[in-house]
Amino acid sequence: MFARYLRRELSGRRKQTVIIAIALALAIALVIVVNALSAGVRDAQKAALASVYGVGTDITVTQAPAAPGSGTQGPRFQFNGGNDSSQGSSTSVNQSRLISGRGSATFDSTSLATVQKTSGVQAASAALSLTNVTLNGQVAQQNGTGAAPTAAPTAPSQTGESQSGTTRRGFGGNFGVDSFSVLGVDGNAGTVGPLASATVSKGRALGAQDVGQHNAVVDSSYATTANLSLGGTINVGGQNFTIVGIVSATGSDSQTASDVYIPLDVAQTLSTETGKVSTVYVQAASSDQVSTLKTDLQKALPSQTINTQADLASNVSGSLSTASGLISGLGTWLSVAVLAAAFLLAALLTLSGVSRRTREFGTLKAIGWRNGRIVRQVAGESIVQSLIGGVVGIAVGLIAVLVINMFAPTLSAGTSGGRTFGGAARQAGSAAGSAAQNGGGGFGGGGGGGFAGFGGSATHVALGAPVTPAVVLIAVGIAILGGLIAGVVGGWRAARLQPAEALRSLA
Amino acid sequence: MSIENKAAEEPVQDQTSIQNPAVAAAPEGQTTKAPMFQLEDVGKTYKQHKREVRALDGVSLSIPAGQLVAVQGPTGGGKSTLLQMLGALDRPTEGTVRLAGREISRLHDRELADIRATEVGFVFQSFNLIPTLTAQENVEMGLEPLRLKPAERGERATQALASVGLADRAGHRPGELSGGQQQRVAIARALAKQPKVLLADEPTGNLDEGTRDEIMDLFEGLWREGLTIVLVTHDSSVARRAERRLRIAGGKLTEKR
Ligand SMILES: Nc1ncnc2c1ncn2[C@@H]1O[C@H](COP(=O)(O)OP(=O)(O)OP(=O)(O)O)[C@@H](O)[C@H]1O
Ligand SMILES: [Mg+2]
Repeated sequence: MFARYLRRELSGRRKQTVIIAIALALAIALVIVVNALSAGVRDAQKAALASVYGVGTDITVTQAPAAPGSGTQGPRFQFNGGNDSSQGSSTSVNQSRLISGRGSATFDSTSLATVQKTSGVQAASAALSLTNVTLNGQVAQQNGTGAAPTAAPTAPSQTGESQSGTTRRGFGGNFGVDSFSVLGVDGNAGTVGPLASATVSKGRALGAQDVGQHNAVVDSSYATTANLSLGGTINVGGQNFTIVGIVSATGSDSQTASDVYIPLDVAQTLSTETGKVSTVYVQAASSDQVSTLKTDLQKALPSQTINTQADLASNVSGSLSTASGLISGLGTWLSVAVLAAAFLLAALLTLSGVSRRTREFGTLKAIGWRNGRIVRQVAGESIVQSLIGGVVGIAVGLIAVLVINMFAPTLSAGTSGGRTFGGAARQAGSAAGSAAQNGGGGFGGGGGGGFAGFGGSATHVALGAPVTPAVVLIAVGIAILGGLIAGVVGGWRAARLQPAEALRSLA
Repeated sequence: MSIENKAAEEPVQDQTSIQNPAVAAAPEGQTTKAPMFQLEDVGKTYKQHKREVRALDGVSLSIPAGQLVAVQGPTGGGKSTLLQMLGALDRPTEGTVRLAGREISRLHDRELADIRATEVGFVFQSFNLIPTLTAQENVEMGLEPLRLKPAERGERATQALASVGLADRAGHRPGELSGGQQQRVAIARALAKQPKVLLADEPTGNLDEGTRDEIMDLFEGLWREGLTIVLVTHDSSVARRAERRLRIAGGKLTEKR
């Protein structure tokens, strides 16, 4: 009789059933979508982080750059050097320099040993980030046969014709500033480090046998742009390296990817950063030890910056970060608000439904129904109503998620903060720019501009919205909870009704 | 004195011609032992917003088994309140109520519910059927607290519907039945549990005269089969057909002869 009465009530009072079910369905669909989206954003963030910091890296050790002082300028380019060939009135320039410090300052490589000694560390490796800057082209000779160059910048009052002619000849020149990133990597890195997340497409990765050797591994996309191939040579810091492998990093725009990888010790020597590293990549023995390991490492290395994946996540910027903020903030609040509204609506409608059925429940009591039996009936109706809403809500939610996945918006992820690579490249760029200014005394503008594209790189991650069985279970749980709340409220009201209500003559 | 009194005379005379089997079976029946209802000095006071209403005041009453009793009186006189005491819908403020010898005036809600489920059949002025259920299902609702097997429950409901002449309307909903038919379904619902007593508050109040007489015929038939019936009515032509008539006004009960 319970089931038949319940069924008859729900189908007989269809309007109320539909309203309650729709309210809960909306709320549940929203919860599913928000949940799936935030899971998707979390995945995207993880993917972005993995491409930024490498798969398998749980913790990075870096050192915050010292306040930029004037004394730490990049290397100077000198145009009177022996490898420049003078041709008439201009000098041919072709110089390479390795500039250290891609954002983070370097620190002593003994830190690596300290890290490796710390318990809870599975593996660790160090790397040195560098940028190779090459100037090449023709620079006009200042002591040539033309008009005195010193006159030009200080004589704005001269006739226009004379001035322009002088300037062109005195400061003319045709040169380019080229740069690519170089990462000195530990040949014994193993499972952790920048190369661990890259896949070798040709040749091999750098290994123990490369220590001290002028061997390089080149990123495949850089190899394409720079026309490099396996077995060829590449000039790094003015020295020739043999290309022993071509790798592609995870993610096409991966920021882990350096353009060129060379053995750490060679990189240190070439950049005169002997015994220095810029990052130590740490893999924790177990993923749930990461935060304790972070504390331990911070104690062991008080002057270094220790970052976990979670710390790094907060540095992810761009539309991915916006989406993440939107979903975890607005989405969560919205679903909580809609859920609360749906619960309230269900409870209020059930309450008014019970009030409308005062005579009915009074009659049932008058003909011998116990309180508990009536409460159970009311609660049963509410729960079934809510479950209908739950099923509809899950269906609507899954369809919405399907639609989202069909259009899978692409989110871009950059990283913010001085420590990160994009900012680092920009810093390196301006350093190179000022270096050029120091050397040439008149063409500084071109240097900085050449790095603009390099500094602005970002990772693009397609947003998926995965649905886990847990989410569906949560949705069912919410439906049952909504039904229980409404049922308890309605049942409480029904239990308080007097059997004498059956006798009230008011219709 | 009035028409009322004259009306009172007639049914009593009719009464002698129609033998109540319960009364006839008195030697072996309960009539000589405990009466069906025994009320002693029953009072009921309602408190509402500090205002007290004395709905019943010092009511003593004995109703033997098998009697058909009509209760009359002015609006607000206490008729429904008396019926609530008889039907275990409520407890009196003071005094005792006995149903078939058992005191029911101090029981807990749950025990009262169980008495209503087994011993008392209730019929209401507005029928009080559940609109979403069929006639058959409505009757089965009255059997629900008895925890019968579904088959037996269905069978007893069918029988009860047949006994009120509605065997062919079992699948109809209240909205598809006339007022008289709805009241028959309600009577079937009250009877299906085979109660000791049938209580009715204005059972013909919402019916036209013809239908009213049909329903009264039904009650009379049940009474002749031995059922104890107490019905509240404003209608003297209904009261006239009762074996005994009571009048209650201002909470005080008087016998009308
Ligand atoms: N639940 C209640 N709370 C407060 N007062 C009540 C309650 N039930 C009844 N009363 C009051 O008790 C008195 C008797 O009411 P009762 O319903 O018994 O009268 P009645 O004779 O059945 O009247 P009617 O012919 O209008 O049905 C009335 O004054 C009524 O207002
Ligand atoms: Mg009344």
